[in-house]
Parts: sequence; structure tokens; C-alpha cells
Amino acid sequence: MASDRFNINSQLEHLQAKYVGTWHADLNRFEWGVNIQRDSYASYIGHYPILAYFSVAENESIERQRYNFMQVRLDPTSSSIIYINSQLPI
Amino acid sequence: MYLYSLTLQRAGGIVCATNGNFVGGKTQEIVVARGKNLDLLRPDESGKLQTLLSVDVFGAIRSLAQFRLTGSQKDYLVVGSDSGRLVILEYSREHNMFHKVHQETFGKSGCRRIVPGQFLAVDPKGRAVMVAACEKQKLVYVLNRDAAARLTISSPLEAHKSHTITYSVVGVDCGFDNPIFASIELDYSESDLDPTGQAAADAQKHLTFYELDLGLNHVSRKWSEPVDNGANLLVTVPGGGDGPSGVLVCAENFVIYKNQGHPDVRAVIPRHTDLPAERGVLVVSAATHRQKSMFFFLLQTEYGDIFKVTLEHEGDRVTELKIKYFDTIPVTTSMCVLKTGFLFAASEFGNHALYQFQAIGEAEDIEASSATLMETDEGFQPVFFQPRGLKNLVRIDLVESLMPIMDMKILNLFEEETPQVFTLCGRGPRSSLRILRPGLAINEMAVSQLPGTPSAVWTVKKNINDEFDAYIVVSFVNATLVLSIGETIEEVSDSGFLDTTPSLSVSLLGDESLMQVHPNGIRHIREDGRINEWKTPGKKTIVKVGSNRLQVVIALSGGELIYFEMDLTGQLMEVEKHEMPGDVACLDIAPVPEGRQRSRFLAVGSYDNTIRILSLDPDDCMQILSVQSVSSPPESLLLLEVMASTGGEDGADHPASVFLNAGLQNGVLFRTVVDMVTGQLSDTRSRFLGLRAPKLFSATVRGRQAMLCLSSRPWLGYIHQGHFLLTPLSYEALEYAASFSSDQCAEGVVAVANEALRIFTVERLGETFNETVVPLRYTPRKFVLLPKRKHLIVIESDQGAFTAEEREAARKECLEAAGMGENGNANNGEQMENGDGDDEKEDALPDEQYGYPKAESDRWASCIRVLDPKTGNTTCLLELQDNEAAFSICTVNFHDKEYGTLLAVGTAKGLQFWPKRTVAAGFIHIYRFVEEGKSLELLHKTQVEGVPLALHQFQGRLLAGIGPVLRLYDLGKRRLLRKCENKLFPHTIVSINTYRDRIYVGDIQESFHYCKYRRDENQLYIFADDSVPRWLTAAHHIDFDTMAGADKFGNIYFVRLPQDLSDEIEEDPTGGKIKWEQGKLNGAPNKVEEIVQFHIGDVVTCLQKASLIPGGGECVIYGTVMGSVGALLPFISREDVDFFSHLEMHMRQEHPPLCGRDHMAFRSAYFPVKDVIDGDLCEQFPTLPPDLQRKIADELDRTPGEILKKLEDARNKII
Repeated sequence: MASDRFNINSQLEHLQAKYVGTWHADLNRFEWGVNIQRDSYASYIGHYPILAYFSVAENESIERQRYNFMQVRLDPTSSSIIYINSQLPI
Repeated sequence: MYLYSLTLQRAGGIVCATNGNFVGGKTQEIVVARGKNLDLLRPDESGKLQTLLSVDVFGAIRSLAQFRLTGSQKDYLVVGSDSGRLVILEYSREHNMFHKVHQETFGKSGCRRIVPGQFLAVDPKGRAVMVAACEKQKLVYVLNRDAAARLTISSPLEAHKSHTITYSVVGVDCGFDNPIFASIELDYSESDLDPTGQAAADAQKHLTFYELDLGLNHVSRKWSEPVDNGANLLVTVPGGGDGPSGVLVCAENFVIYKNQGHPDVRAVIPRHTDLPAERGVLVVSAATHRQKSMFFFLLQTEYGDIFKVTLEHEGDRVTELKIKYFDTIPVTTSMCVLKTGFLFAASEFGNHALYQFQAIGEAEDIEASSATLMETDEGFQPVFFQPRGLKNLVRIDLVESLMPIMDMKILNLFEEETPQVFTLCGRGPRSSLRILRPGLAINEMAVSQLPGTPSAVWTVKKNINDEFDAYIVVSFVNATLVLSIGETIEEVSDSGFLDTTPSLSVSLLGDESLMQVHPNGIRHIREDGRINEWKTPGKKTIVKVGSNRLQVVIALSGGELIYFEMDLTGQLMEVEKHEMPGDVACLDIAPVPEGRQRSRFLAVGSYDNTIRILSLDPDDCMQILSVQSVSSPPESLLLLEVMASTGGEDGADHPASVFLNAGLQNGVLFRTVVDMVTGQLSDTRSRFLGLRAPKLFSATVRGRQAMLCLSSRPWLGYIHQGHFLLTPLSYEALEYAASFSSDQCAEGVVAVANEALRIFTVERLGETFNETVVPLRYTPRKFVLLPKRKHLIVIESDQGAFTAEEREAARKECLEAAGMGENGNANNGEQMENGDGDDEKEDALPDEQYGYPKAESDRWASCIRVLDPKTGNTTCLLELQDNEAAFSICTVNFHDKEYGTLLAVGTAKGLQFWPKRTVAAGFIHIYRFVEEGKSLELLHKTQVEGVPLALHQFQGRLLAGIGPVLRLYDLGKRRLLRKCENKLFPHTIVSINTYRDRIYVGDIQESFHYCKYRRDENQLYIFADDSVPRWLTAAHHIDFDTMAGADKFGNIYFVRLPQDLSDEIEEDPTGGKIKWEQGKLNGAPNKVEEIVQFHIGDVVTCLQKASLIPGGGECVIYGTVMGSVGALLPFISREDVDFFSHLEMHMRQEHPPLCGRDHMAFRSAYFPVKDVIDGDLCEQFPTLPPDLQRKIADELDRTPGEILKKLEDARNKII
């Protein structure tokens, strides 16, 4: 049906797939958390000064820190909720 | 309140670097991205790195790549940033700037998950560029050239794959076949659907090749194969006839060669023998060196070791991969191998270095090879090695970097004219206390004592065509000393100068004759030795002289001016006389312009506070062209000619002009533009230089005329990248100076002060600060000043490090194992400090270069240091035992005054961040100062339940922020005694400031909380807080109601308690307590208002309100992780606010930032910018083309000169 293609739901689904990380009404807690984590890490990796700030706190090289953040992005539930709250005092 | 933001010291840290041929010609340049700055560097002949250009791009640069179209002579630069745009830049030599060739928008701005910009890869033949995000999106642009050989760019081709994380992207060298890009990808779609985590554990990384079909204009996934799960970095292997093509995959512990249809060739990366077993070895940066016949790779690991990787190959088949230990240098973010045999190492923290190759690692060394790779049941057999001294590289230059600034204080401890900036910089063994002084650094070449006190000094050449000066002439009260410059500098008597009288001026006249002016006459020494003397008439003496190569004007006592000119025969002829109304204070003639007979202007300063410009033209000789009255009698005059410039190596466009500079007796330097035709003076600027009247001398800087001003300290005025800069020199006060040129020193200065003759050169032009470095042991965290003794107390702590004793024991063991234990390390016991360069032999491996050995991540090493900043000596160093690390420090005077000033240090024992933040215990140590503040003695130690991250003195007691608890302690005999506490803070307290009975508490995640302490009820309560969750990194108290703070995302903001609320709270007998008890929504009843907001684009770690110049306005100075220092200056007048906000608006419109980020959007990246004007953008005004400058100036109803003056004034108010 031609009208199906234009109904709001299919459009939303399309947009959802296109813009990774956007939210929707049926988002569950897990997905919500994962999205926030992935967004945060992408921002940390992109902003070099923040990455440097973390690596000073943890005394790791910046590249190692970036790599760890990349790895955490795979499975943000395992350790990262902690990570975002781990306020690193330096 | 409106603020003017200005960066004083640009960021020192480097995000990424690339090298190429950007200028064109044979030289190679390095482009480095320093966060929001893009710099072009080049090593000069002597191996010093020179900055050709530095541009502020107002955006976060994340990646750089360089490419060249086939057959072209010049490289283009591709920039990946947070602008959501791909920008291709070309360096223009004529204008000394980057030109934006293309700017292609592909997504939203900001550092987002799926917006490309994080990775850039170019096809080695320059036919395509891939820009990738860390998730999903990859775009390929095809590069080509049109009929006019201009670069063209296609619309983007998508190579997206959803649910993948990208680790690295690189262009594969496959000759002129279709371009191929390789990437390391990880598919997470399954792990997202599996909450048990099993799928995540099984996830496999893949190496994927994307092929760009140039014929079909389409990108396809060509090949994808599983790769080691530790893979993090790809390196292109040369192909297309030069090598086997394919890629090197750098993974944790391994380097693997991979190519389509080729079996993996794998070798292990050698490990340090003392590396804990659970730690991997990760490659952090890579560089490729290729020549016609061979190529090799340099890979650096996270421990600083560089390995040389070579491939044995027959045609396209790789038979062996060898990894050989090369050298160890501090960990880098990027390495660039230049064709001239240099290695530029951009360190991740601390100074960058330029190394020269001594060898290319051909000698025998530890080597891992794919041929000898052993696989056992536990995995692959590791290869071990010990780092050794540098064999293949030798360091030839350092580029200073303050990154990261951990803490900063602006104090005038040395009682100098301007305060010093004390910064704690660096990390681990490379950390230091750096004392910054505004001004240029000086390299003193020679100091020699003179017999008596000299009054003046000149240098003179024998011939106009000579490259170097021939004589230094020094005048005393009653004699003149002539020194000849050669291999050595020695006194001569055959120069023809009269040595029994003081001199007023010595100079070269004509092409090769010399002139000496003394009080009684002029002595003209012809080239053949004949001497012509001109005697003053009657009893008059000469008081002042002004001369250039062909003209001489003398002023006699009484105010008579006599003008001489050199005629065609080389005779000095009297031309004209002129009576001035009174004595002449000073005079000067401009140098003869190129291709002219004479200079037209004579400037004469009189004691009646006027400066007159007189004509020297034959038709209106000695006519007064213009008069300028000044605030105080002029002491010294200098006509400075600025040559017309159309850019080039240094400087933007500016027309030729003559500046009249006058040093006034009240210490002010007065600058004004002289009209080249009429001699009218316009556009005056003045600046206070010091307590003494400035004496002005001309000098040469980089081949251009510059000005030395000697006041109570010396200053140098010169043109740098199009700006006229007037900068103090970090040197003692000088009496008289002249430029100096010999074959040892091309552009030096010779000066006299007291009884000495000094020769020096000026270094690192363009810098704002020069630094004195005191090395420290671990990452410095904070420091305080002991006010009475002027000592600094620094706390330093490092995670994952061994304590000094453990390191020393390990080193001894190691040396013994190496069989050299018996000789030569007897005094190694004192060798714990890093940076003790004085016995290099003893300490073959300085920690500064090689880093500390890694310990397990739950180990901490920490120390408290008492430092005398004057000498840089550490008077006391307490290494904390038992896995404790210091995090906070303050000095405190308890009210019972038994011990006087005490030191409180907050420590944590066994702090761990992963997998969860845990701490075994927290302590507050109380130390007593002994031996006149030189040493510390532990009084007692109080255990607390968390990490005390903030300590502050408050009403004779100690306030401590321990996690979410604010607690007031009093001093007890054996421990601190709890007096009062408030547990209602949201997360963790990181800063405490106090003023009267108010306490301003900063929470790590929730901004500021304003508290009050009620003594009678002994209660601490929060009466106001912020409505915005700010992740606080720095805080500073501004006034009773105002706090300045900085957050983790790079914003600076000010919050203020509204006046009426503040009054209400102060007047309320309960101090707002009733209201507090009804707090709403878990917050305080009152909210502070944000009054200033600005995005710096860099994590600010320290803030202070201070004034950097005497008499200057107070401004807020900040220091950042990337090592930049900036200032926020409050505007005083509404008029200035209007002017600068309009200028900023026009600059935004007419001169959008280079990398495509919208300026307004950048400064409002997290919160809308509020009441801050970006001085860095305004200061780009002089780099605009002249017509654009005029256009903006017209819109503002001003002239470009007036705008420049305004900009200069604003800067001069800060520094």
C-alpha cells in the first residue's frame, strides 16, 4: 500500500535507523543506558583535552585511554555505567 | 559584566601531526594540530623548529592528513574536525596563510557518534579521501583536478555499515589500481541483543577493505576478514612496485601483516622485562620512512619504546616481518619522519622534540621476527628486552609545551616588576614546576667586565657591504674604548677614533667611512685613513646627535641645530642651521629610504614637552612640518620605518609607513604614525614601559627593523606574523644597546649595564612567556604557598607507579644483573630525582626520557615537597608510604595558635577507579613546619571515610570535603576533632572557598553550593545552589556573591547570587535557615544565576583572579590541560563593549573560522555564550586583506588603524 510507506511509524523507523542513538517511545532502560554511554564515549574520544584529562588521572597513555574507551563502547553495560560516574579527581 | 577573552599562551600539546611539502619547493614542513590551533612548523638549517604560521580555527581538530595530486609539487592538507565538514587547505606562501580550497558539509557539528571527522585516510596517490566516524559512517570523496589544474572534489560516496565501531582507517597503497581503504571494525549488533554479555565477549574485530571503483563511482566492501581482537591501529605498507602493498595491523602485543589473498604474518612486540604480566603492549603512534629502494616503519608503544619494523618480501609475498628495538623516547601522539633525516616526536605530555637520525637501526639489537614466533599452550612466546641509551637518534631541539597544566598560581614571589606565573605541568617523571614570566627569553652569549662605568655603546661596520660588524665602540665619561670584532673581541688603537674623549655617536658614513661625534666636534675618518675634523664654534658643545648613512644633525648646547649632508665626493658638508627655542632633548633621523638621496624627516624633542618633525628636503629645509605635544619631556626618539610587506614568510600585508617612537621621561613609550608625504602625525598610542625613561635603539630581528626600548627593564618591539608586538625581555635593566652581528651570532644585541658589556640574542620570538623549569618527581596535583617564608608546597601522586625506594632497588638489581654493580653506582642513592642531568654517565637512563616502570594499577606513589622557588631547591621531600596518595593540600592556622601555620594534606589509600571507584581509607595529615619552614614534621593523621579532595581553612578551623560530606575539624592532640558536618552534597566535593561566614562549595558534578556556617547553632547549611549540573574542574572566588568555575567540557562560567537574595539572606536573622528547611526538589531554596558563559574548547584546570602587569586591570587567568594560558578581562566602559561586540560580529561574518566550525556555535558548544567577547577572533583582524579591513572599519565608523590600536590597547591591559 502506498500510504504505508508514508505513515509516521515507518518514517520514524527509517529515521531511527538512519540516526543512530536517537530515542523512541519504546526505548527500554538497557537501550537508553547503552545510548548514553556510546554518546559519551564518542564525545570523550573526539575531544582530545578530555581524553588527556582522563589519561592524566589514570596515568595511562592517551592512545591506551582511547582504546579502552573504544572497547567499552562495545559493551557499555559491563563497566561503563561505573565509568561515567567515576569522577576522576586530578 | 562583560569580559574580553584572550589566549595569552597558545596550547602546547599536540593532538596530531603530519608532514609534507606544504610550502612547495624542496623543504618539508610539519603541520600540527594543537586542539583548536593549526600550526605550520619547519626545522631551519640549524635544526631549530620554527613556527611559520599559527592559526586559531575555533573548533576541535581531530585528525589531519596530507595528500598530493600526481604530478603536483605541493601537498594539500585535509582536516577532520568537529565541524561536520571536510576541509581541504592549501598553504599560500605569498600571504603566509592557509587557504580553504574546499569545504564539504556532511553532517552535524560536534564530536558525535556517527558524524565523521574522527578518522581521515587518503589514498597514497592522492585520488580519494575517506573520512570516518567512530561508529557507522564513512564517506569517500574523490579528488581530481580540472582543466586549470585546480583541485576538484566529488560529492560524497557512502561506505556506511551500521552497528560497527571503527578503530582505525587507512588508505592502502595499491599503485594506480582502484583506491582501497582499510579499516578495523567491530560489529556490535549481536552484543546489543544479548544482555548476558556472552555475545560481547565473543565479538570479533574485522579488517575490512573498501574499494572505490573510479569507473562506476561507487564504494564497495571488497574484503573482510577476522583480525586479532586487540587491533587498534593500521599502517599502510608501500605497494605498487615499491613494496608488497597491504597493511600492518598493530594489535595489543602483536604486529600482523595482512593483505587480501595473503596469509597473516605475525610477530610479537618485545616487552620490557619488568612489565607486569597482565599489561599488554599497545602501539600508540607510527611513522613510515620510504626511499626508492627500501622502506621501514617506526612504531612506538605506550611505554615509549620505538621499534623498527621491516618486511622481507619477494614481489607481493611477504616472507618475514621483523620487529627490532630502535630507541626509547617519551610517548608520542604522532611521529613524523622527515626526508632530511629528522624525526619530529610530538609528545603526548610535556615538551616535544626533534631528533636527528644517527643510524637507522642496522646494528645488532633485540629483535622479534615472524620466523621465530613460538606458539605454546599459553599463547605466543614473548620476547623481552631492556631499554638502553639512545643509539639511533640524537635530540637536537625541544619545543616547549606546558601540557597538562595541573595547577597555577600568579604570585610575585621574586619581587620583580611583574608577577610570575607558577604552573605545575606534566605527568609522571616529566612533570615540573614552571615559572613563567611575561617576556622573551634571552640567550646570553658573553659578559665581560669593563674598566669603569660605560655610558654608551655602538657597533659599526667598516663597509656598507660587510655582513658583520667590525668594531664595538664603548664610551665612558672621559674616554672611548674601541674593540675589534674577530675570532675574539679585543681592544685596538689603530681605528682612527679619538679615544681621549667621550663619544656621542659612532656610525658608518657613506659607503666606507666612519664618523665619531664627540662633545667638541665631528671626526670623520675616511676609508684611506685621512681624518677630517669639524670643531664646534666658540664654547658650545654638541649635546645630541642624529644621523643616518648620509645625513647628520647635531644639536649644540643652547638649542642650535646644524645639519650636515654627505656630498658626492664623500665630504661632510654643512647645509643648514636652525635655532630651536630651547635646549634639544633628543633627535633622530630616519634611515635613508631605498633608492633615495636623503631621508625627509628629522624628529626633535624639546624639554617643553613637544616633539617637532622638521623637513630635511633642500626646498623647505628645517621647516617645521608638524608638532606633537606629549605628557612629559621626551628622552629618546626613534623613527622606525616599517617596510611595505605583502606577506611572505612572516607578516601579513601592510603598506610602508614610518613610526615615530618617543621614550618620555615618565616611562611612557609614545608611538605615532608619520605621514610619508606631509610629515603630519596621526594615530598616537602610548604605553607605560617602566619606571625609567625608555631609551630607544634600532635593532634587527629576522632581517627586519625592530626597536629596543630600555626602561627599568628592556623591551623589544618587532613585527611577528603581521602584528607589531612590544614584549619585555627577561633580562636585567640595561643602560645602552646596539645591534650586533658577527659570524657567531647573526642577530644579536650588545649592551652595557653597570660595569659590564653584554652580548645576547633574543629567542623564541612570538612567545608571550619564558619559563624556568624545576623538575618534579610525580604528577603534581596541587600546590600552596607558605606566605611567610615564600616556600611552595607541592603534592605529587602517580597511579600505577613504584615508590622511589622500590625503583631504586629494582635499578640496583638490574645493574647487578648486568654485571656493572661493582663500579660506578656508589652515589646512585641520591639519584632518585628525575632531571638530574649533571651526571649523565651515572644515570644512563633518565626517567624523564624513559618513563617510570609500570606497576599494577592499584599501586600509588606520592610525595609532598617543600620547594624554595628562588633557587629551585627542594628543602624537604616526604614520600608517602603504604600506598597512599595525596590529593588535596592547604595551609591552616588553628585558632589556638599553638603551632602557628600548619599544613593539612588529604590522602587516599589504595584508590582504584576500575572497575568501580573504591578506596581503602582516606586520611588527613597535619604537618608542622620546622627549620624555618624548610621542612615538615608529621603531627598526626586522622582517618576519614572517603578521599578528602578539598581542604580549606575556615575561622581558625579546617573545612574538609570528604566525598559528599562537608566537615569542620578542629585540631586535637592526637587527631582532628569533628565539630560540625553537612552530608547533603550531591556527589563529591572538589573545591571549597570561603569568604566571611560564607562557604562556597564546588561539587564534582553539580556545580556550586553556597553555604553558611552559624557559629551559635554550630550548623552548616546550604542556602543556594546552581540549577545547571556542571562537572567542575576549577573554581575561584570572585566576590561575595560571585564564583567563577570551569567544567570538564571546556566551559568557563560565572555564577552570582542575585543582589536582593543576597541582601535578604544577610539581613535575615536566621540567615535564610527557615527557608532552607523548606528546600525544594532536593535542592537549595535559592538559585544562583549564570552571568557569564564561554566555551574555551579545552579543559580548564585552574582559575585565578590576578593582574599580570603593574597597574593593569585584574582579570581572571586560566590554565588548561592542553597547556594554554588565557585571560578574561572585564570591560570598564560600555563603549568598549559595543565596539568589540560589533567587531566580533563583523569578524564572524567576514572571516569565518578556517576549519568550517561556526564561531558562534563553537563558543556556545554546550551553553549559549553569554557576555564574553572573543579577543582571539578580534585579533585576527590584522590578518584580513586590506580592503576587508577597511570595509569592517567603515561599518564601525573607524579607520583600520584605530581598530588595531583598540586591539593593542585591550591586550596591553592584560599583559
